[in-house]
Amino acid sequence: MIITVAQLKKGQKGIIKEFSDDSLPIKLLELGCLPGNEIELVQIAPFKDPIYINVNGSHIAIRRETAKLIELEIIEDTPVL
Amino acid sequence: MSKQINVALIGNPNTGKTSVFNQLTGLKQKVGNYPGITVEKKEGVCKLPRGVKAHILDLPGTYSLNTTSLDESVAVELLLNKNDKNHPDVAIVVSDVENLKRNLLLFTQIKDLKIPAILVINMADRMSRKGISVDIPLLEEKLNTKIALVSTRKGIGIDKLKELIADYKSLSTEQNVDITVIDPGYFKKLKEAFPNEDLYKLWLVITQDVNFMPIEKKLFKDASSFATKSKSELKRLQQKETILRYQFINGILKETYKVDLAIAKGFRASLDKILTHKVFGYIIFFAILLTIFQGIYDWSGYPQDLIETFFASASSWVKDTLPPGVFTNLIAEGILTGIGGIAMFIPQIAFLFLFISLLEETGYMSRVVFLMDRLMRPFGLSGKSVVPLMSGTACAIPAVMATRTIENWKERLITILVTPFTTCSARLPIYIIIIALVIPEGNFLGFGYKALTLMLLYLLGFGAAIISALILNKILKIKGRSFFVVEMPNYKLPLPKNVAYTVWEKTKSFVLGAGKIILAISIILWFLGSNGYADDFKNADEIVTNRIKTEGFSDFNQTSIVNELATYELALKDSINRNTYNLNTSALSDSLAQKQAFLEERAISQEISSYKLENSYMGYMGKAIEPIVHPLGYDWKIGIAVLTSFAAREVFVGTLATIYSVGSDEEQTIQNRMAAEINPKTKKPLFNLASGISLLLFYAFAMQCMSTLAVVKRETNTWKWPAAQLVFMSAFAYIVALVAYQILK
Repeated sequence: MIITVAQLKKGQKGIIKEFSDDSLPIKLLELGCLPGNEIELVQIAPFKDPIYINVNGSHIAIRRETAKLIELEIIEDTPVL
Repeated sequence: MSKQINVALIGNPNTGKTSVFNQLTGLKQKVGNYPGITVEKKEGVCKLPRGVKAHILDLPGTYSLNTTSLDESVAVELLLNKNDKNHPDVAIVVSDVENLKRNLLLFTQIKDLKIPAILVINMADRMSRKGISVDIPLLEEKLNTKIALVSTRKGIGIDKLKELIADYKSLSTEQNVDITVIDPGYFKKLKEAFPNEDLYKLWLVITQDVNFMPIEKKLFKDASSFATKSKSELKRLQQKETILRYQFINGILKETYKVDLAIAKGFRASLDKILTHKVFGYIIFFAILLTIFQGIYDWSGYPQDLIETFFASASSWVKDTLPPGVFTNLIAEGILTGIGGIAMFIPQIAFLFLFISLLEETGYMSRVVFLMDRLMRPFGLSGKSVVPLMSGTACAIPAVMATRTIENWKERLITILVTPFTTCSARLPIYIIIIALVIPEGNFLGFGYKALTLMLLYLLGFGAAIISALILNKILKIKGRSFFVVEMPNYKLPLPKNVAYTVWEKTKSFVLGAGKIILAISIILWFLGSNGYADDFKNADEIVTNRIKTEGFSDFNQTSIVNELATYELALKDSINRNTYNLNTSALSDSLAQKQAFLEERAISQEISSYKLENSYMGYMGKAIEPIVHPLGYDWKIGIAVLTSFAAREVFVGTLATIYSVGSDEEQTIQNRMAAEINPKTKKPLFNLASGISLLLFYAFAMQCMSTLAVVKRETNTWKWPAAQLVFMSAFAYIVALVAYQILK
């Protein structure tokens, strides 16, 4: 199963996988959303959307629909808060 | 003569770029627009060591030179166009110490343009608290540049920065990254086609999304000699470029930048937890809004009273001091009352901007965006629409411009169209004066009725905006991908200096911008109101005096004389009983007779002036439109004010001030004068609950602002949308006001 940022739980971390699709906005890449970088889910807004992530030291909020485009490998040993 | 150095300040949003700008230029700054577009242009002058001067240009915040918005492309065009008179001799890239990695992406791009670049690492005071250490000399060497470690909060490092700017000629212009490696074949062909051009520059021109200067693109008209790439291929290459740059940056930072993660967290996380909480988050947001309204209404009352009194007495002073004549009347009645009408509202506007800039500076605004996005989406809006809608409470013009951060065109258009419904500061003068006249004293849960009414009007504005957004969302058929990306900056204590500059700048431009129109309209109105062609106007004194002799005073004046006399007598008798005054009966009746004579004289002059006004040019104009405004509960005087405020709402109060003060000998504050106005048919005060509410509602919904229409035209690039706004909002306002008056009267 493909895991994306949208499936992360609060406090969970993952590593961004190589993405083939070029639908991800370039702005996200500039903010550090690049393959190999670590991504952490910091906060989820009320009503479950948008979500607030820390990637590469950048704290940004994105919508769930965008989060679904970012594939991940979950880092297993992170404690789920 | 020493030439000025052209300096461009560039950097990511939230790096404290504006603080650096403020530190460098102090009050010697000027805010305007780039020609032809509504991007804000801030420039200033800075004195450097050794008598050198620098012209500093603060470019719009951008994350990179890959432009996706007009704001960003302004920055890029300036850097690319060597012929622009503001083309920088040196670029200062402002970054903040915590996000150095991301900020360096932009830095390497600017460096690759071969523009001398200085790196400013701002917020250096946070380093120890965040467990960060930077090896500055090594970083300077790796990036081939000079670095100034700055703390605008503590005022550290600015002198070093000035030194570096003055010495800009010693900076290296070597590139950091060779981007041709991402597709050597393509760049080789490009080089062959344009042997004289810089490759990175060409690359930027090719990939630019938004372009407002067609000159550069012309370059490629006859570009058959090299293979063009499709949009998605270009995007893939941009991705590769970004990755390449990050590899370069990561390699450097590994050696120079250390952060102790254990120290870094804590405060931010716990504050986020509360402020974006599903219950407390909204409660806090609502409480903040309530405080803002209470502040605008109550706290600014004190300075406001002072200003109002000042202008009233200045006007009397002019009349008493200068020789009587047309010119004196023009100053006292036309100009001073007109300016006073707007100056009165400076405290409120300043308060509003104070609150908004505090919310922005602390980083709380981004949390509001985060909190509200999901709630706004069903209405076709985005969380980012909250910022325009909130700044719309200051002024719709910057608010419409602020919609540029919304990436999705449909969400952006809807935000632009509904923003004018929010209660802007120009409505405030009208609301405040009408509320003061028609809403009774009293309070509910500690909040005054008047403050609550004001709050309700704000909510009504938001409500109208939201509901029309919902309708527009259903009607408009625009497809578009939505990319919602919001940076959540660190919480910061606001810098008093930045807040002060914002409040000063915004208040000044509001007052000056509005002031010009108001002054002009006041003078015209004064002329129209104090001149007339008919005999009725010229012989007004005689006609009215005769009428009073035969018919007596108007009912309103009769009762008000009786009432005032009774109050006066009661007060006098009370004083006698308490032995404050020692008066015998004849002295008492003497002073009563004197009071009565005074009151009658005042009533005569009032009736003369209102008769004059009725028969002046303005009176005729007002009478002509009366049938249209009468069903709303307005008389022809209010009709005139509604008409003149078509250009800008704030003119309304100034107009009434001018209309009512024309010809009256005794200076009264506008509010008292309005309270004394009676409806000739019902013989009751003209400003009662029904007509007051009708006016409030009319101004809540009507599109009475030419400047907003102009900005909407510029932002949407067509007259279609502003025209639609004008027609629908005005019609809606008229109908609502009509219904309200007919029900309440």
